[in-house]
Amino acid sequence: MTDIRPLADDDTVRDALDEDARAQLDALTREVTEDPSRLGRTFPAAARRTGRGPLAGADGVLLEDAVRVSLVRAAAGSLDPEALLSELREVYRYGDSDEKRAVLHALSGAPDEVDGSDLLLDALRTNDTRLVAAAMGPHSDRLDDDSWRQGVLKCLFTGVPVASVTGLARRADRELAEMVQRYRREREAAGRDVPLDVQVVLDACAASPEKQKDS
Amino acid sequence: MRIFDPHIHMTSRTTDDYEAMHAAGVRALVEPAFWLGQPRTSLGSFTDYFDALVGWERFRASQFGIAHHCTIALNPKEANDPRCAEVLDVLPRYLAKDGVVAVGEVGFDSMTVEEEKAFARQLELAVEFELPAMVHTPHRDKEQGTRRTLELVTESGLAPGMVVVDHLNEVTVDQVDEAGCWMGFSIYPDTKMDEHRMVAVLQRRGLDRVLVNSAADWGRSDPLKTAKTGAAMLAAGFSADDVDRVLWRNPIEFFGQSGRLLVDPDLADDASDAGSDASATFEGNSILRGSRD
Repeated sequence: MTDIRPLADDDTVRDALDEDARAQLDALTREVTEDPSRLGRTFPAAARRTGRGPLAGADGVLLEDAVRVSLVRAAAGSLDPEALLSELREVYRYGDSDEKRAVLHALSGAPDEVDGSDLLLDALRTNDTRLVAAAMGPHSDRLDDDSWRQGVLKCLFTGVPVASVTGLARRADRELAEMVQRYRREREAAGRDVPLDVQVVLDACAASPEKQKDS
Repeated sequence: MRIFDPHIHMTSRTTDDYEAMHAAGVRALVEPAFWLGQPRTSLGSFTDYFDALVGWERFRASQFGIAHHCTIALNPKEANDPRCAEVLDVLPRYLAKDGVVAVGEVGFDSMTVEEEKAFARQLELAVEFELPAMVHTPHRDKEQGTRRTLELVTESGLAPGMVVVDHLNEVTVDQVDEAGCWMGFSIYPDTKMDEHRMVAVLQRRGLDRVLVNSAADWGRSDPLKTAKTGAAMLAAGFSADDVDRVLWRNPIEFFGQSGRLLVDPDLADDASDAGSDASATFEGNSILRGSRD
């Protein structure tokens, strides 16, 4: 009952799998379609039963992430938004980093009624750059402005490319610019390199509608 | 020299250690769940620790070009505390995960009834999850503990080749060898084994089914003891291929039985470039297909 946008087309995923792995994906999909509460059972073994690594034909997407998001999509077909969120929270809570990342990607393809911002905040408290990057995807629209700005700053601080931040041009504002300028001053005072992305964020702040409204 | 340390507690080590290990040729390791020095008193302490082993520590190792695996279990010492008994109930959740390559450390500390019960139950889990088992042998009365360990392994139905009995020495090696189990040796600065005694064991009984580890933890220990044992083997006349077998191919063979390794078994021996391009090495590892189960 809840529609989750896939991370990659079904055909792209299936093309990346050999015959045996495709049969495994079909079996896993059948399992969660019949009983969505099996999602947490299928998640841990999903990568080793199908495959992992960069997915050909989908820029920047990992095969294991695409497979796991497709399982969430299959489970979501018979879950209302609230039930889906509850299931995703369980999977995230007990997932390893790869499973957690896949949940964050699934949230990024979820409709408005699904608000998993608590999971994003959990991911942003970690220093695992893969989780931080996934948390700043499309679902980060649900984050309040303070949390979102801290997320952008954390990307700069931990080296996550800000290209992966959704809505930078739209949400960058004067307050973010001030935070980033303070960060830059700190780097310069310490004689350290300033990441190139600092200027990318400052440019976005200067050009954003928010900034023009404030000035 | 490419090195797979089959037993090291990286949670207790520093980033300097990771750097030094990579420079010495370590490209993969197994971190067994164990006692943290300070006894735990609740289930939550264990689940947070297990989460770190499949989460943060794996990420931390990856930053240094090292593939991190772990084993999960209720260790023998804390099996004696009734407040930790419910840990056994949450183990299945973790034993299903990628990179969890064995059930361990299980075994005996003080040879109590509670320890034996937890040990036997966890050997059952190894059978159920088709995972190898890593068995710790006691520091005190090691010979008797090893004997009872082997009896329990036989009773469990777990194939001897799926079991490594660890922290062995000259006194306990032969009974484990005869049982057909893998033999683990921890090379320490001043307890357990040292690299020269290790070489003598290898000269006497060969390289088959032997795992050499640093077992480095929060105590006085040395994460480079694997590399130092490799050097001692070369100095004693073993070939580079012999060293590669003990320090790389043997752990790959043993833990590969889990179907959960996250490292390329055929990873090139690029230790001569060690430290120069850790990220590239890791990227090379990270695109591996998982083995199927």
